[in-house]
Amino acid sequence: MPAERTLFEKIWDAHVVAQPVGRSPILYIDLHLLHEVTSPQAFDGLRSGGRKVRQPARNLATVDHNIPTEPRGTPITDLIAAKQISALQANCKEFGIRLFDMDSPEQGIVHVIGPELGLTQPGMTIVCGDSHTSTHGAFGALAFGIGTSEVEHVLATQCIAQQKPKTMKIDVRGRFPEGVTAKDLALGIIGQIGTDGATGHVIEYAGEAVRSLSMEGRMTLCNMSIEAGARAGMVAPDETTFAYVRGRRFTPHNAEWEKALAHWRTLPSAESAKFDEVVEIDAAQLSPFVTWGTNPGMVAPVTGRIPEPNGMKESDRRGFELALQYMGLEPGKRIQEIGVNRVFIGSCTNSRIEDLRAAARVAKGHRVNPKVRAMVVPGSQMVKKAAEQEGLHQIFLDAGFEWRESGCSMCLGMNPDILRPGERCASTSNRNFEGRQGRGGRTHLVSPMMAAAAAIAGHFTDIRNWKFQ
Amino acid sequence: MKPFTVHRGRVAPLDRVNIDTDQIIPKQFLKRIEKSGFGQFLFYDWRFGADGKKNVDFVLDQPRYAGATILLSGKNFGCGSSREHAVWALADFGFRAVISSSFADIFANNSAKNGFLTVRLSDNEIAELMKRATEPGYELAIDLEQCRVRDDQGFGAKFPIDEFVRHCLINGLDDIGLTLQYESEISDYEARHPVPAALDFVNP
Ligand code: SF4
Repeated sequence: MPAERTLFEKIWDAHVVAQPVGRSPILYIDLHLLHEVTSPQAFDGLRSGGRKVRQPARNLATVDHNIPTEPRGTPITDLIAAKQISALQANCKEFGIRLFDMDSPEQGIVHVIGPELGLTQPGMTIVCGDSHTSTHGAFGALAFGIGTSEVEHVLATQCIAQQKPKTMKIDVRGRFPEGVTAKDLALGIIGQIGTDGATGHVIEYAGEAVRSLSMEGRMTLCNMSIEAGARAGMVAPDETTFAYVRGRRFTPHNAEWEKALAHWRTLPSAESAKFDEVVEIDAAQLSPFVTWGTNPGMVAPVTGRIPEPNGMKESDRRGFELALQYMGLEPGKRIQEIGVNRVFIGSCTNSRIEDLRAAARVAKGHRVNPKVRAMVVPGSQMVKKAAEQEGLHQIFLDAGFEWRESGCSMCLGMNPDILRPGERCASTSNRNFEGRQGRGGRTHLVSPMMAAAAAIAGHFTDIRNWKFQ
Repeated sequence: MKPFTVHRGRVAPLDRVNIDTDQIIPKQFLKRIEKSGFGQFLFYDWRFGADGKKNVDFVLDQPRYAGATILLSGKNFGCGSSREHAVWALADFGFRAVISSSFADIFANNSAKNGFLTVRLSDNEIAELMKRATEPGYELAIDLEQCRVRDDQGFGAKFPIDEFVRHCLINGLDDIGLTLQYESEISDYEARHPVPAALDFVNP
């Protein structure tokens, strides 16, 4: 075993259960998270194979993707969604899996509740039938999304057969300029390396700027790793991590805590560890970003314009034209001249307390533009409660934002929160694919501050010139 | 799982890059709790207008590509959401394989678990096939034993594939069964790494 290993390699090596000849290594999974959309067929598979869940305690479920964000207790009008939710309830009961259900104070988006309950810890392997599982890598865990067949596999064996990915280090030098957030860094990276720039790789984010991020910021950054094609994204654990994890419901306590801490301190990549690829980013060059197309790599600074197609490769040009056609935009248009009629602040990318604080700071003392409908959807019940204790909800309500119950909501519009055809939305979520937020809907990805500012201005505006009240 | 050895079939060219799984199977169809019946919703927003009427221009619905079993597409196919429903929809529609110059990782994994083949060729080979596929009745043969794709007009290319994935596809092997051959290793590992006390939970 080489002494100079990366964070990823240390976690990988520690979890290899068996290395069968000629096939993928078998990795042990410390924590498996489940939700209602990608699990029913996996439980069916278990039943038809006569199999049990091997380690129920290492599996945990919640409902997030298709639940309404109306006040809890409002009946679910979508009968197929209701069926999916009751299937999860029945499956969890049958197989002995803990479920944070609709009415539970711990309910929330699966990638929000894992960290806030202290389930997510450094050095762990974590999987979930959801591509944004990469979020948990912010803690120095190896966390990645899997498909439903793999969900079944993990339920049955608590292991996964995986080919070892390659490693990529993204070194973010310098400090963030004013108004630039982790979301802008994520968009800036994808804009630079492309939506397949990290395919087959696990990214480790490093450098002064990354170290300066809060845990919320690191989660936002790791969350979007998948949008660059990466298998996972990680940040080495440090004092910021330990301070966040300490004292949460599922974290180790007392002597166990000291033991865990000592182990976690050994995890960061060795100084001289080698990565298959290294990308350097200068934080000082970043600005608040806005996506203008139909994938997260189609991004421009808020002060910029939609690019001109001159000099593009033929295949790229076609994609470019289709994207602008779908978005109803033209080359050369100034980003700040793009008007919006919907705003969505939420999703596993940006629905944590710090995101809501940032958006509320912008909204305070202002009014949402009359042509805009703006929603704030906290990532979890715990986030919602914390925000209400701080009075953030009142700031939003006074400014004319809607304040909803927690869930994925308009990030993917599997519940009633959707865009209508042609509606244009400033969204803090992670995907601007065609129809993602509703058929014919047009999504622009931005940071929470930029979304709140767009709600008030009625168009994209540079947060660096904002009049905070 | 249905074994995959040699397959010959008609090719439908879908000349776009970065086709994400939200396009392959839009979210409104993810609420089913079965694995079957997703084919009718494949590429729904491209195949059907907002009024539910068929868009006759869409490649899969052109009569010349009827019955196609091989999908040809631009790079980074299957990016985005991890939904395995994308593979179920492609397979249920009648496809056995997708050919592209690159695939998103999770999509490729999901495909392999369903006996569905992802064939990686170079950008130039894809461009060439895009041209050839517009010929009426164009067919390709995919030979997984030889890792080769060829047509009757002289096109031939090798494709890379992980040896173990190939072995499982050819033999139609179930992953869970394979992993459980390592039951004693898993148990040993668990003995050394017990479930943390905080997680222990008894279902009421
Ligand atoms: S918030 Fe959006 S991206 Fe995150 S888990 Fe939910 S649907 Fe997926």
